[in-house]
Amino acid sequence: MQPQSSPAPAMSTVRVVRNLVVLLVALAFVAAACGSDDEEASNVATSECGTDSSFDEATEPVTDLSVAIVAPSASQDLAFTQSMVDAVAALGIEPQITDGTFQVEAAAEAIRGYADSGVDVVIAHGTQFGGSLAEIAPDFPETSFVWGTSSETQGLDNVFAYTPAADQGGYVMGTVAAAISESGTIGMVGPIDAGDAALYVDGFVAGAESAGANVNVSFTGSFGDVPLATEAATAHVGAGADVLTGTAQHVVGAINVASANDIPWFGTQANQESLAPELVVASQVYHWEVVLADIFDQVEAGTLGGEVYELTLENNGLVIEFNGCYELAEDVKNGALETIDGIIDGSISTGA
Amino acid sequence: MSDFFTLSVLVATFASGVRLATPYLLAGLGETVGQRSGVLNLGVDGVMLLSAFGAYWTSLETGSLLLGVGAGLLVGLVMGVVYGIITVIFQAEQGISGIGIYLFGLGFSDLLFEEMVGTPTPIKSLPKYSIPGLSRLPILGEALFEHNLMTYAAFLLVPLVALLLMKTTFGMNVRAVGENPEAADSLGVSVGLTRFAAIMVGNGMAGLAGAALTLGLGIFQPNLTQGLGFIAVALVYFGAWRARGVMLGALLYGIVAAVVLQLKARELIPLEASDLAAMAPAVLTIVALVVVAGRIEAPAALTNPFSRH
Repeated sequence: MQPQSSPAPAMSTVRVVRNLVVLLVALAFVAAACGSDDEEASNVATSECGTDSSFDEATEPVTDLSVAIVAPSASQDLAFTQSMVDAVAALGIEPQITDGTFQVEAAAEAIRGYADSGVDVVIAHGTQFGGSLAEIAPDFPETSFVWGTSSETQGLDNVFAYTPAADQGGYVMGTVAAAISESGTIGMVGPIDAGDAALYVDGFVAGAESAGANVNVSFTGSFGDVPLATEAATAHVGAGADVLTGTAQHVVGAINVASANDIPWFGTQANQESLAPELVVASQVYHWEVVLADIFDQVEAGTLGGEVYELTLENNGLVIEFNGCYELAEDVKNGALETIDGIIDGSISTGA
Repeated sequence: MSDFFTLSVLVATFASGVRLATPYLLAGLGETVGQRSGVLNLGVDGVMLLSAFGAYWTSLETGSLLLGVGAGLLVGLVMGVVYGIITVIFQAEQGISGIGIYLFGLGFSDLLFEEMVGTPTPIKSLPKYSIPGLSRLPILGEALFEHNLMTYAAFLLVPLVALLLMKTTFGMNVRAVGENPEAADSLGVSVGLTRFAAIMVGNGMAGLAGAALTLGLGIFQPNLTQGLGFIAVALVYFGAWRARGVMLGALLYGIVAAVVLQLKARELIPLEASDLAAMAPAVLTIVALVVVAGRIEAPAALTNPFSRH
């Protein structure tokens, strides 16, 4: 009988290796847990003072699909349009862009033109383009249209819709604004009471009021009227506001008023630090790439539409970007992080 | 409502209205001169956009607001030469030509901005200049005499344009070629030259309006005017082709807009009615235009090209 080798040494080696693996995994968890105090969640970011906080462009495109964007304002408006252009760039895609189409008729021609020329995905970046899209999309069943901000696809199989839960970031920043306001009065400049602007306003007002401040809101009736937004902000300052915020492309004028009066500013849609590096406290930034990546996957798989996507703090489509140049008290910032957690777990309602 | 009817708020509202009225007034005065000569320019908004970009970019690059104003004026004059060649020399239809100029200005200023600047970048804005003595007057001081130099220039141009039109040989020629170019021509007035000169004055002032707008705000972005130039053209009709009337129209438009903004800032307009209230300046101007429309007469030869043959 051939003596069998004893398994004991082999078993012992396996046990040692297994124990080492368990130990390493445990250490990794401990290290991760310890590190979590210092690292921010991906729905929060803090820029390094003096650096460009714009999006990083991916080096490799996530898709071979051809993409076009039709948007109402300039590609670098530091607001609505730029948020989409940056998001597509973040996915490594070089889209065709028709911007500055404040006139819906011009946008409709551009949308139809891109579809007619065989572009795979046409992004109609503006709520106001919905009526045109309802006429155009059925004519191009092989083209995928991506439209927002909207919470419905109008029943069209080749239309994806997207909308930001702008009230969420608005609520967070409202609480921060209330915490730094000494007068308890905050001025807000908006375009019209609709779409993501209305959501941002509602969320911001609810957040500020929950923290004991009052928000005076002025809708100018226009997305691009800079002189009117400037005078609206001036009127708010005259009415006692010591913190300002606003939404849409016209806020560049209001931010200048904040600068002239040394008043903190809260931005939304895109990072607005470059307009007032010392005074922009934080910006709620739309990271559309979160939903676009999934949409492109679906299009490649043959599904051209029929679904609505939402940017939220939970899916990191909304990111609160704090300005590293603005000295925000640590307890206020921690309060904002707790508010974000509360919105995500449902314990805080934005009221929208 | 008592929050609104305090002296400080009313003064701030009037001052805000004056600031808002400034670009309308400058553009409207220039258009008045052009229309009195019989030339309608619907391209004012486009000229303003190009001039605003020229003024902004020059100030951004040089840091000089004065050079910015000069650049705005220069761009306006260049566009005046273009419009003069189109409408006086080639006698193109004025309405269509004006729209063409507007679309060119809208698109080209956008292109230049994207290529030469890219992202809205703040520049130093025109500083307020308190007029010694007058700025200390109770109520009126803050409302009227604490503005930037372009605002003062705009209101000083009101009597100057009135004098130019009513008391100078050039003004008489302008009115003559706008009412009856054939008669003016028979008396030896060069209709073409007079209209060309009036167009240059009008476009130059549109250029100043663009400069006042962008340098007053300290920023530029595509389509900055948002159709402001078209309202300026409407104000010429509102003002019955008179400098004083244009000033009243511009002030009415600006002050109504300022009142609405002040009421909103003090929560005296419900949020639900906010969008509706934003239309108030335009609605009021239209109503006023309708009321006065029957009592005014446009220059008889307005939009009519002139040819001896």
